[in-house]
Amino acid sequence: MTTSLLSPANAIYRHVIPAGDPWTYEIKRGQIVRIVDVEGNQAADTLFYDAHDPANRYSASDTIQRQAALYLSTGTKLISTQGDELLTIVADTCGRHDTLGGACSRESNTMRYSLDKEYMHACRDSFICGVHAWRPELGKRDITCNINFFMNVPVTPDGRLTFADGVSAPGYYVELRAERDVVCVLSNCPQLNNPCNAYNPTPIEVLIWK
Amino acid sequence: MDPVINNTPAAALYTKTLTHSGMWSGVISRGKTIRLTALEAGANVGLLLYNADVPSERYNLPDTLKGQHIFYLRHPYCLHSDMGRVLASITADTVGWHDTVCGASDAKLVTAKYGDKNYQTARNDYHRNARDAFLIELTKWGLGQRDLVPNLNLFSKVVSDDEGRLTFVPGNSKAGDFIELRFEMDTLVVLNTCQHPLDPDPQYHPRDVRLEVFRTQPPAADDACRRSRPENERAFLNTENYVALRTP
Repeated sequence: MTTSLLSPANAIYRHVIPAGDPWTYEIKRGQIVRIVDVEGNQAADTLFYDAHDPANRYSASDTIQRQAALYLSTGTKLISTQGDELLTIVADTCGRHDTLGGACSRESNTMRYSLDKEYMHACRDSFICGVHAWRPELGKRDITCNINFFMNVPVTPDGRLTFADGVSAPGYYVELRAERDVVCVLSNCPQLNNPCNAYNPTPIEVLIWK
Repeated sequence: MDPVINNTPAAALYTKTLTHSGMWSGVISRGKTIRLTALEAGANVGLLLYNADVPSERYNLPDTLKGQHIFYLRHPYCLHSDMGRVLASITADTVGWHDTVCGASDAKLVTAKYGDKNYQTARNDYHRNARDAFLIELTKWGLGQRDLVPNLNLFSKVVSDDEGRLTFVPGNSKAGDFIELRFEMDTLVVLNTCQHPLDPDPQYHPRDVRLEVFRTQPPAADDACRRSRPENERAFLNTENYVALRTP
């Protein structure tokens, strides 16, 4: 767990993402982005792309393989499909973030919960809108396995995947330094079927420093 | 572990042995089963699956794990797509643990680990890597970099401690071990036999693997894979609805 010395008063950008909304923004090399869990235990489902090459995108398996570790925290380098470092986590008051749980979709909700949950708003619909806001020619192929900031999905030594109580709390944040120009597509998760967020999706705030 | 149930008939429709970090791709239709057999101990098969007709639908790591509350695969679990459906079911398995999270080796990793051995000097013993092998096969089907997603590493075992640190477990498979995947949808299968990216063995030594395809029975109502979890029952329903709408 590491805190940051950056002051919100000096941020060049500040934006609150309501629950259920996508957010798409370019973060330049060297800039720092802070993602804040405003009310606690909210899932910030996040994708990163090389701003100049959308095919060179965040890769959960390359990130796990490079670090030989499942959870993301301070010091973790986010690795792309081409093996490049996209961003580095430089501060984290939460201590652990998930990249195995992926994003909810209307289709996966039918599989996970019940066939009649299909109508409910889901992250992968937000991701589609989020990537289109950057480049309309992108599509479903460009939406891959994401990071779930503030979510805790422990794996047991005997290989079970568990969905544990949150490790986050109001005001907890994670900060990342862009190692190249990147585009962030974030879905502030609208999931109402999962106790992880106490069935109450809440806002996420993002700040950027030069 | 559940008992191994061997559903496959004696005669394969198709047989191929992969040697020299071999790679393979092909469309296998619903109702057929592939058997992959390790011909030496310590094999690894990197595997990706795509809907053969609409390849933007593909094997999805998170949905496969969270739908079944597992971190690895074995019989009677299923390989889920990102559309709430089952692409394939593990109908038989003598191994018991197949890695889902470690992805593919790339050229940089292979060179760092095993040294640089190019075609000019080594001819067909040159060092291949899994990422390039996936891309070579994907490109032949009109796919490419945008279609690279976390792959399976069959026959390999990686465990996590409580802090999420991963350890490769040597000796997970022996010669003759096999896994069978029954396809529930028409599926583009892309695979290679490059070594696991976290295998600490300093020797470049890709193991030979035999691939056989059989025509098999569709899953019954009491099928072990379908019944393994309520999530899988719903995913089978979604799959059957999809097939019913598409079938002329």
